[in-house]
Amino acid sequence: MLTPPRVRAARAGDAAGPAKIDVRQLNFYYGATRALTDISLAIQPNIVTAFIGPSGCGKSTFLRTLNRMNDIIPGTRVEGEVCIDDRSIYAPGTDVVALRRKVGMVFQKSNPFPKSIFENVAYGLRINGLVDNRSELNDRVEESLRAAAIWDEVKDRLPEPALSLSGGQQQRLCIARTLAIRPEVVLMDEPASALDPIATQRIEELIFELKRTYTIVIVTHNMQQAARVSDRTAFFWLGKLIEYAPTDSVFTNPKEKLTEDYVTGRFG
Amino acid sequence: MKRLQVRVSRLFGDLLLQSMAILVLALALMALTALLVDVVADGWGRLSWSFLTSFPSRRAADAGIYPALVGTVWVITLTAVLAVPIGIAAAIYLEEYGKSGRLSRLIEVNISNLAGVPSIIYGLLGLALFVRMLGLGRSVIAGAATLALLVLPVVILSTREALRAVPPSIREASLALGATKWQTIWFQVLPIAMPGVLTGLILALSRAIGETAPLITIGALTYVPFAPDSLWSPFTVLPIQIFNWLSRPQEAFAQNASAGIIVLLLVLLGMNAVAIVLRDRYQRRRG
Amino acid sequence: MTDAAKRAGRDRFRRRAEFVIERALFLSAVGSVLITGGIIAVLVVETIAFFKEVSVLEFLTGTEWTPLFSEKRFGVLPLVAGTALVSAIAMTVALPAGLLSAIYLSEYAPDQVRRTLKPMLEILAGVPTVVYGYFALLFVTPLLQQFIPGLAGFNALAPGLVMGIMILPLVSSLSEDALHAVPTGLREAALALGSTRMQTTLRVVVPAAFSGISASFILGVSRAIGETMIVAVAAGQQPRLTANPLVPVETMTAYIVQVSLGDTPGGTLEYRTIFAVGMLLFAMTFALNLVSNWLRRRFREQYS
Repeated sequence: MLTPPRVRAARAGDAAGPAKIDVRQLNFYYGATRALTDISLAIQPNIVTAFIGPSGCGKSTFLRTLNRMNDIIPGTRVEGEVCIDDRSIYAPGTDVVALRRKVGMVFQKSNPFPKSIFENVAYGLRINGLVDNRSELNDRVEESLRAAAIWDEVKDRLPEPALSLSGGQQQRLCIARTLAIRPEVVLMDEPASALDPIATQRIEELIFELKRTYTIVIVTHNMQQAARVSDRTAFFWLGKLIEYAPTDSVFTNPKEKLTEDYVTGRFG
Repeated sequence: MKRLQVRVSRLFGDLLLQSMAILVLALALMALTALLVDVVADGWGRLSWSFLTSFPSRRAADAGIYPALVGTVWVITLTAVLAVPIGIAAAIYLEEYGKSGRLSRLIEVNISNLAGVPSIIYGLLGLALFVRMLGLGRSVIAGAATLALLVLPVVILSTREALRAVPPSIREASLALGATKWQTIWFQVLPIAMPGVLTGLILALSRAIGETAPLITIGALTYVPFAPDSLWSPFTVLPIQIFNWLSRPQEAFAQNASAGIIVLLLVLLGMNAVAIVLRDRYQRRRG
Repeated sequence: MTDAAKRAGRDRFRRRAEFVIERALFLSAVGSVLITGGIIAVLVVETIAFFKEVSVLEFLTGTEWTPLFSEKRFGVLPLVAGTALVSAIAMTVALPAGLLSAIYLSEYAPDQVRRTLKPMLEILAGVPTVVYGYFALLFVTPLLQQFIPGLAGFNALAPGLVMGIMILPLVSSLSEDALHAVPTGLREAALALGSTRMQTTLRVVVPAAFSGISASFILGVSRAIGETMIVAVAAGQQPRLTANPLVPVETMTAYIVQVSLGDTPGGTLEYRTIFAVGMLLFAMTFALNLVSNWLRRRFREQYS
């Protein structure tokens, strides 16, 4: 199998150990339109990988192929392979529900359920049958809210509606909700784009904390954020993967002209 | 001078159009008012506790709507029991599962066609299918089954609208947590859509309460000196009792009919009020 | 059993349950198609049995309808005439009034007025038809008799007018939707050329919404044809091939009610007449609905 030389170098180099997510020759179609072309990359465990690129370059689409969220859109088609822990997730007979338990997702616009703060976090635990009794449920909810750095703000307000929280708090609640089911990978689709700078900073600090336990993939249109938060960065353009390397080198010493033009703001 | 004339005639045109429209609307609303005033003026005096609890009689002054009221309650309750689960289930399938299939589109077209079929045709269907073929006779259950078929398209359409109003981000969030489609629908989508679904149901049932033709066709009796006591009883309903009184020449029966209409309109008013209150609270909660 | 094994078992159960649930929901949806099938089957079966004894030609072209008398005639034209007469009167009221109302609500009325008027129109549409029948028989007919001395107690005029009022909200609301769908750009272009609102409305917007408005008219006609109680109460039970609105007539729908109120035993020719008439009624309204839907779809395609 032919892998483009630069991507091979990136895989072989900096990170240690087997890849958590291995993507090979992925092509994605919305009906007849090809949205992603021949994407191949490997995502390492326990680091933050950022996907950057101009609007419409396919980075969100690609992110959603990793937990098969694109399945709910009619008329989409996938060619190629996506392997998580060496198991192909598009093989026929794959349990999509189990996949999504393993690979969680935080969305661009926070979408808490119109229920209480407690119920939002408890939902994933209940439907997946992850707890056996009420006290275990309470413990897990507290654990997730702490992990999302929001426990102190809501511990006295658990029965209140989630929609009464501020935008930044809602997003951290959504992160807590995702963490509650103890996924191994957390996908974040522009998690802070709808938030003010202070809330954004808190989310970024949280991401830094979380990577110790989880593998994080974050899509962002904010290059500075990618530079601050991620260990490796992948640059996409018009549905193709242009460059994938440690973040430092992508921003200070990019190998492709296109990458350089983008990160220096010549277009985007 | 010419320009002034043109300007005046232009203004005149606009005013003319608006006044004609308002006149027309006013006439229609006046007719409605005249109807209500006439009904109340004629029937109010006839309303009494004994009217509500008496059985029909050949003597107008003794006649009452008790069996008709009981019959209406029986029939509408059964109609709801039959139509609601199937209607909601069909709507959930069409809105959440079958969105893109050709079969689903066929079903959709079919449902909107059904909504335009005259109600008396449903009566013919009920007569041939429920009364004769299935042998249910001219019973409460046959009437309820017929009305259930009649309101089913309406229930499906309004439930679908309520489901559609639930933002897709809720479904996405639930699926991303590893919930199955049905878990998402049962635990998230339905609870959010419920007030809208209920409003639609109440409106559909309030339409059913006023339906006369299909029930006459399946053989609801017009003179019923007893209240139904089982699924298989013969029965009558409020609008049919009104119709029966209207068919009699004596003026006293016309008065009974007016009183019966007042009761019917009050029931409908009550139901619609509940539906509107529900819809308002629902909109306020989301807004 | 380990936690993981328990979870796997629960998952398998859940997957099977999901499948069953989806099937059940699907069957409910398909059931709705069965209703249409049922209607058509029932009507066709009984109509075929009817035509074994009565010729199609006599049914469709005969001018006397006396199936319940001793000398039986089965020409359906008097019933069709009755239906047509009452519907025509209804539409003479509902069409212009509905269109005017729609134009006003869509192009002229301030928001507050629209928000008060529309619910009132909905009330007009929500009154049970037997109540409208009462109104036609006991209020409108006596009222008209003061101006038209030859007006019989049962006639086509009173129920026709009342039916028109009942259908007005339907025509108005659908036409309003059609007018609303016309892009504002068209209006702005006309106004920029110096036309008044009335000229813009009548010469630009209404023609642009033509198929949508026609769809609403046709649906109104379909509704009028299928209406039962107003005519059953106020129009009479004398089938008469006439265009005179002042005398009693019988419509197709009222005939079905008349037979159902009686004691006609099942399986007889008289019983089957209601299905034959019902079949004709269904065919007419179904055809009109199809045309209306086709028009509405074409209109929607025009503007999206």
